[in-house]
Amino acid sequence: MSNITIERNKQQPAGTGKPARSRTRWAVQMREMKKQKHSYILMAPYMLLFAAFTILPVIMSIFISFTYFNLLEFPRFIGWQNYSRLFLEDDVFLTAIKNTLLFAAITGPVSYIACFIFAWIINELGPKLRAIMTLVFYAPSISGNVYFIWQIIFSGDRYGIANGFLIKLGFILEPIQWLKTEKYILPILILVQLWLSLGTGFLAFIAGLQTVDKTLYEAGAVDGIRNRWQELWYITLPSMRPQLMFGAVIQLTTSLAVADVSINLAGFPSVNYAAQTIVTHLIDFGTIRFEMGYASAIATVLFVIMLGANLVIQRLLRKVGD
Amino acid sequence: MNSILKMRKKRVNRSFMGSFSLFVLLAIVGAFMALPLVYAINSAFKPLDEIFLFPPTLFVRNPTLTNFVDLMTLLGQSWVPFSRYIFNTFFITGMGVVGHVILASAAAYPLAKHVFPGKALMFQTVVLSLMFTGAVTSIPNYMIMSWLGLIDTYWAVIVPAFAYPLGLYLMKQFMEQLPDSLLEAAKIDGASEYRIFWQVVMPNVKPAWLTLVILLFQLLWGTDGNGFIYSEQLKTLHYASGQIIQGGIARAGVGAAVALILMSVPITLFVLSQSRIIETMATSGMKD
Repeated sequence: MSNITIERNKQQPAGTGKPARSRTRWAVQMREMKKQKHSYILMAPYMLLFAAFTILPVIMSIFISFTYFNLLEFPRFIGWQNYSRLFLEDDVFLTAIKNTLLFAAITGPVSYIACFIFAWIINELGPKLRAIMTLVFYAPSISGNVYFIWQIIFSGDRYGIANGFLIKLGFILEPIQWLKTEKYILPILILVQLWLSLGTGFLAFIAGLQTVDKTLYEAGAVDGIRNRWQELWYITLPSMRPQLMFGAVIQLTTSLAVADVSINLAGFPSVNYAAQTIVTHLIDFGTIRFEMGYASAIATVLFVIMLGANLVIQRLLRKVGD
Repeated sequence: MNSILKMRKKRVNRSFMGSFSLFVLLAIVGAFMALPLVYAINSAFKPLDEIFLFPPTLFVRNPTLTNFVDLMTLLGQSWVPFSRYIFNTFFITGMGVVGHVILASAAAYPLAKHVFPGKALMFQTVVLSLMFTGAVTSIPNYMIMSWLGLIDTYWAVIVPAFAYPLGLYLMKQFMEQLPDSLLEAAKIDGASEYRIFWQVVMPNVKPAWLTLVILLFQLLWGTDGNGFIYSEQLKTLHYASGQIIQGGIARAGVGAAVALILMSVPITLFVLSQSRIIETMATSGMKD
């Protein structure tokens, strides 16, 4: 938000005969704001765009979710109907919620722990090897559109790597349609998502481990810390709490937002909606069926789930090492 | 002497079996991480008959550049000159990166170093926005773009990238550790806040803005237009390569070649800037 609007909004109450105490408080605020004018000016461009493309859309989405809106007619208020339809009538949405939560419940914690464990092991290596291993683990998450590799690996004919090896080793006699068989779809998506998930959180952990005060380890050894596990629990984890919180936010949010992997590997829509997630359901109603009110309700549910899960995890992580 | 002592102390808490099993774990999972990429790299150099070999092979036997030559021929035939896709992606990525680094740094500086009313609220909002993704805001965003008349322009992708929250967050955390004395000295010399930001702060947060460059580069390099771009001549490299990869069996080799070229760019950038990025991430932590 720009500095100008803030100042104007707050100027008025100061002049309109409020009780003396609040007037002086406003006056102090005002003086403070005038003195810091440059701060607001520096922040204005970013905050304006942030408000326009992040804050405003969230608010709009909540409003639209209570309407029937098809982009052609003016939105019509229909109360909680979209939500009741979502939870009571839309079986596919329930599948989507189930898939998303199952998916997040596995990839979230596993990728988070993997990020930490591998950062921790890599941190013990020498500088050269450390740089190489960091690249090996981080590269998948930045290599962009590499889904096609996984399409080849799990391709349904015998030239697919998975089928080829299993046939050669004699485990199966004929190729499996991996991405077209309901029971295999979700596990494969989880595997691929895990492969992709050592991203920003992983880097934050690598960096965090390098900043842990080395003298703490020496002091710990004197104080009777016996092995690396005790060292990890009593020294490393508590000193890294801020990075752990940051990593949790990143990993959890990405694990709840999964859609690209699903669309690229399992197709859209997937066989019997076996790979439908909240986000793919949102894409379905928002960009194909143009039921914007309904799609906004899905977006709002997703927003609540993401924010809620993150806040709960933050609470829990504050207890680490206490 | 001192360092030897330290080494020895470190070894006290390290059992051989523990180290051994951890490194075995690292090697196994490392192989799982690396193999698909190794396979992709090898595929790009495989002749077509080797791509469809049974049983499938990981490594190429008779490396060839045919796929890259075929790619060149294919590019020569595309309806929109291929250089146009390249220009589009470079333009979007370049503008987005420069704009974001400047705007996010300008906003991060007061958040990190000044005290003013509304500061906590603004920063909390940015942190909160790290907790949900673009999917949540996609529908209203389309409407806002349409009001602003930005649909089917580069700007629909570029402008929202300016306000990418993760960049501001990392930059602010990094700036917090700049010594106040540095800023005080500049202030005593009579520099305005804007000059301090541009001539004192910015040169001192080089690792952080390199990180922002990489982050935004990755975000925009892989963009397919986010559903805002319809005109063929405005579409991105990522979109065009997707068309090639989807060409099916006949294009399998060419697809691998184009994927290799596309992914080598962000990976190279990361290799070149790895140490700077790690330096920035060290300050990424969330304080209570």
